[in-house]
Amino acid sequence: MTTPPQPLTAKDVAKVGLLARLALSESDLERMTGELSKIVGFVSMLGELDTSDVAPLAHPLDTQNVFRDDVPAASLTTAEALQSAPRHDGECFLVPAVLGDSGAA
Amino acid sequence: MSNAAPYTTIIGLEVHVQLMTRTKLFCGCSTKFGGAPNTQVCPTCLGLPGSLPVMNRQAFDLALRAALALECSIAPFTKWDRKNYFYPDLPKGYQISQFDLPFSSDGTLEVVDPKGAFEPRRVGIIRVHLEEDAGKSMHDEAAGTGDTRIDLNRAGTPLCEIVTQPDLRSPPEARAWLNELKLLLVYLGVSDCNMQEGSLRVDANVNLHIPQPDGRIAKTPIVEIKNMNSFRSVERALTYEAARQWEEWQATKAEMGKTPKQTRGWDDPAGITRAQRHKEESSDYRYFPEPDLVPVTVTAEQIASIRDGMGEPPVSLRKTLASKWMISPYDADVLVNQGRDLVDYFEDLATRVGEGKVASNWMQQDVLRILNETNGTVAAFPIRPAGLADLISRVMKGDFDTSRGREIFAEMVTSGRPVDEVVASMGISAVSDDDVIALCRELLAANPKIVADVKSGKEQAAAGLIGQAKKKNPNVNPGKVRATCIDLIRGMD
Amino acid sequence: MQPIEMSAVDLVAALRQGDITAVQCTTAFLDRIEATNGSINAFLAVDRDGALTRAADIDARRKAGKQLGALAGLPMALKDVLCTADMPTTCASKMLQGFRPPYDADVVARLRKADAVFVGKTNMDEFAMGGSNENSAFGPVRNPWDLSRAPGGSSGGSAACVAGDMAPVAIGSDTGGSIRQPAGLCGITGLKPTYGRVSRRGLVAFASSLDQIGPMARSAADCALIMETIAGHDPGDSTSLAVDVPRYTDLLDKPLAGIRIGRVPEHYAEGLDPEVAKGVDEAFAVLKAAGATVHDVKLPHAKYGIPTYYLIAPCEASSNLARYDGAHYGHRAEPGGHRAEPVQKAGGFESPLVEMYCRSRAEGFGPEVKRRIMLGTYALSAGYYDAYYAKALRVRRLIRQDYLDAFQSVDLIGGPVSATPAFKLGEKTDDPLAMYLVDLYTVGTNLAGVGGISFPCGFTKSGLPIGFQLQAPPLAEPLLLQAADRFQRLTDWHRRRPKTTGEVKA
Repeated sequence: MTTPPQPLTAKDVAKVGLLARLALSESDLERMTGELSKIVGFVSMLGELDTSDVAPLAHPLDTQNVFRDDVPAASLTTAEALQSAPRHDGECFLVPAVLGDSGAA
Repeated sequence: MSNAAPYTTIIGLEVHVQLMTRTKLFCGCSTKFGGAPNTQVCPTCLGLPGSLPVMNRQAFDLALRAALALECSIAPFTKWDRKNYFYPDLPKGYQISQFDLPFSSDGTLEVVDPKGAFEPRRVGIIRVHLEEDAGKSMHDEAAGTGDTRIDLNRAGTPLCEIVTQPDLRSPPEARAWLNELKLLLVYLGVSDCNMQEGSLRVDANVNLHIPQPDGRIAKTPIVEIKNMNSFRSVERALTYEAARQWEEWQATKAEMGKTPKQTRGWDDPAGITRAQRHKEESSDYRYFPEPDLVPVTVTAEQIASIRDGMGEPPVSLRKTLASKWMISPYDADVLVNQGRDLVDYFEDLATRVGEGKVASNWMQQDVLRILNETNGTVAAFPIRPAGLADLISRVMKGDFDTSRGREIFAEMVTSGRPVDEVVASMGISAVSDDDVIALCRELLAANPKIVADVKSGKEQAAAGLIGQAKKKNPNVNPGKVRATCIDLIRGMD
Repeated sequence: MQPIEMSAVDLVAALRQGDITAVQCTTAFLDRIEATNGSINAFLAVDRDGALTRAADIDARRKAGKQLGALAGLPMALKDVLCTADMPTTCASKMLQGFRPPYDADVVARLRKADAVFVGKTNMDEFAMGGSNENSAFGPVRNPWDLSRAPGGSSGGSAACVAGDMAPVAIGSDTGGSIRQPAGLCGITGLKPTYGRVSRRGLVAFASSLDQIGPMARSAADCALIMETIAGHDPGDSTSLAVDVPRYTDLLDKPLAGIRIGRVPEHYAEGLDPEVAKGVDEAFAVLKAAGATVHDVKLPHAKYGIPTYYLIAPCEASSNLARYDGAHYGHRAEPGGHRAEPVQKAGGFESPLVEMYCRSRAEGFGPEVKRRIMLGTYALSAGYYDAYYAKALRVRRLIRQDYLDAFQSVDLIGGPVSATPAFKLGEKTDDPLAMYLVDLYTVGTNLAGVGGISFPCGFTKSGLPIGFQLQAPPLAEPLLLQAADRFQRLTDWHRRRPKTTGEVKA
């Protein structure tokens, strides 16, 4: 758990950008690589702590078993569902083609 | 088949079934199939900002029932995770699923072919978990560049994911196993398993194990096949893919592990699988615990109560029917495979008739034939068990011969009327002379006093036999009975 | 006394008694907003017509003798992270500019039912990410005490509008200090309740395991009043606690005798402004004088709070913000609308859809949001999960255990809210890491899931408020409010107003 952090490369950051679906320009990439390296370096101080015997705590609550009954509730109207859609045809959301190349070089 | 081939086909399946809940997994929207697009949606299943999920109790219980029927171990503690990826039918940008702590694992489901086409095959279940379904994307396939339309009615429908070990060894076996799984889930009321409506979906992983001259087993790269829309296409796709891999192996000698897992789509009309584009980055799902849901614990008492309410699964029902009604395993298999309703009908019928074998024959040769011809369901079948038992009993008694019985049966199906009316309307009232003579002999033997009275000249005493004869056979002609009786008595002299 | 100078408790009483009408009261605050907001920029939307219509309706119902809600006629402001069906909800992001949710957040619905009057939606750091309110896509908020300074964040607009008398109460949200820190820097009182005490349904999620909604007002008594309406179980939020809501206002006026307050010596480490340290010491003295005892306690892992927080929060955020992709709502990039060619373009986007996603998100999100999405995506990605995310979860357990251990020996933990008073706008904008450190004293509360309150305990020589923070065990809000209220009965720091408004006498 004490592996020193490797500095992030621009290539790493570009890959993360695609995973996060964030387009990055060359200058974004350069700035982001520097900033993220610095932050990652900082948070890596957690490596000082031996946590081998500590179970992860993902949530502050100890609550369990919260359910609802299988009882229908009101849905929105189609108009309400689509009211903020950037593009729709009155029935469905419209998005650019899921298949095919974007025409990039 | 695979015995003759120079390789063994290794198949594992990943099955998704929609659970039969009224509402979605995390919200109160209806799960009904076929609604107009985007009419069964709310902030939660649209993934609107600020919306939160709350787990449907019934979905969890149905999933638990499925896992128990698949003989899985139930985890005492389970939680949900987010599987992160971008796709427009997944409006939150993540699917709520289960990653490292599924609620059940390590089960099994055996498939047996009663005709012995393959050895009984016990298929291991790696895990069963509960997750939400995505919406529907409708692509403009032809243009490839047009807009994609998104309907989110299905988004958030509860799904059980069932992942098997690679234990299946041939495409027909895989198909038979899927039939058995479907039957089980339908029996338990977990899912309607309707593939046309997408409530059951199958992906298959397949590769070949090829014995080498040096005794080593060469393994071809695993291919995942998607887009199979029926069990028949699963069998066809697997058959095609095994042959394709064999050809590829002969050409390339490429083995597993040297290339990443490939995904291929089944093109049903063309009858081939095609490689699908797959970007490496898109498979980094960044699972982490879903912070908007709390974990679920399951106690032994809950498991017991689910088991109690579960009903008998097909595998044991086949054995029960065979021993209780003295029918062959094959017959029991045929009946059970038709579903719970038909089994209930059969048991009602067999109880009334008192002969399991006879009832089973009528079910298979007559009832099932009609159901198949008319594509009908046993629930809507016009003859109910009582009416059919009536007919069968009379055939057994010899009132009608079997072919007469079938005619009456056919007429009962068409008209929906009971045996008596059908018999009357068909004019089956004519009773043969021999029958009348036999009946009269019987009556005379049973009524020595009347015989004596007639002998002594009181012919009117014979009237006392007519009522009894009518009771025995309503179709008999009273005059004929009277004449016959008197003739017989005279003949005794 | 003018309505804008009155406390929420007094306003509700005056409205009930008919001393003022809801329309008069609402008009007073709306006029104040009109006069002041131009220089403060606390509001992203002001709903003058809606508020007055509602106020008139409440007056009419009151006149007709109808039963009214507990907050009938009380004007208030909502942080723009809360969904409102009748006002846009933007999270101060270009991504959600003009977005109208088709539903009300649970707290909004509760407040509506209590007949509160919403005057508008307040400015904030974009998606609640920031500690200065400079990350708003719609311009920074200015601190009413010094317009050249930041009000803190992310609930900067909510803090500034209360400090600037534009609303007696505002609702904020706190993920790592976003209620308490701006309350401290603006000289008001802000309560971050125990995780699960207030429903998160309709709160646009930043980091779901840390987010909590709370009241921001001039005094603890006002916060108590609001808590009675907004706290409580919501079956629509699985993480909402099914625990009865106390009558917070009835539990205020109790002496502090026997209450043990912890003091964390590490809080006084390097970096704590001497004037802030002095104010904090004086606050301890006041609490002692009120009957409490003060004891040194240890939070051994406190220094790991910031790195832990800056892994967990971005990881959750990277997932929570995935939904803003231009597909179903929010900003969608027009083809060719991007300022510069994205580097990913060179490799070829997989499809027109992926290109739309990448460009929409690049255009719609500001730099800090992008930074955190990138950080969280990285920390969750294959090969890094264990070293970063899972590691942070383990340390989170240690931090929570520190609190649970400390609360074995004390009832409350006191200390500074921020290391410094309000800083200059622009002072930290070039150094993300420096900005992250402003949450030093507040993130532990969220990581542990406990409650905390921040209230003014003095002023610097240059006239900037100094905040004091109390933290309490789960569901000990009554004690937090009681201690803060007791403090405020003994001091008048919370009554001081920025020069523009003068002192409030209430």
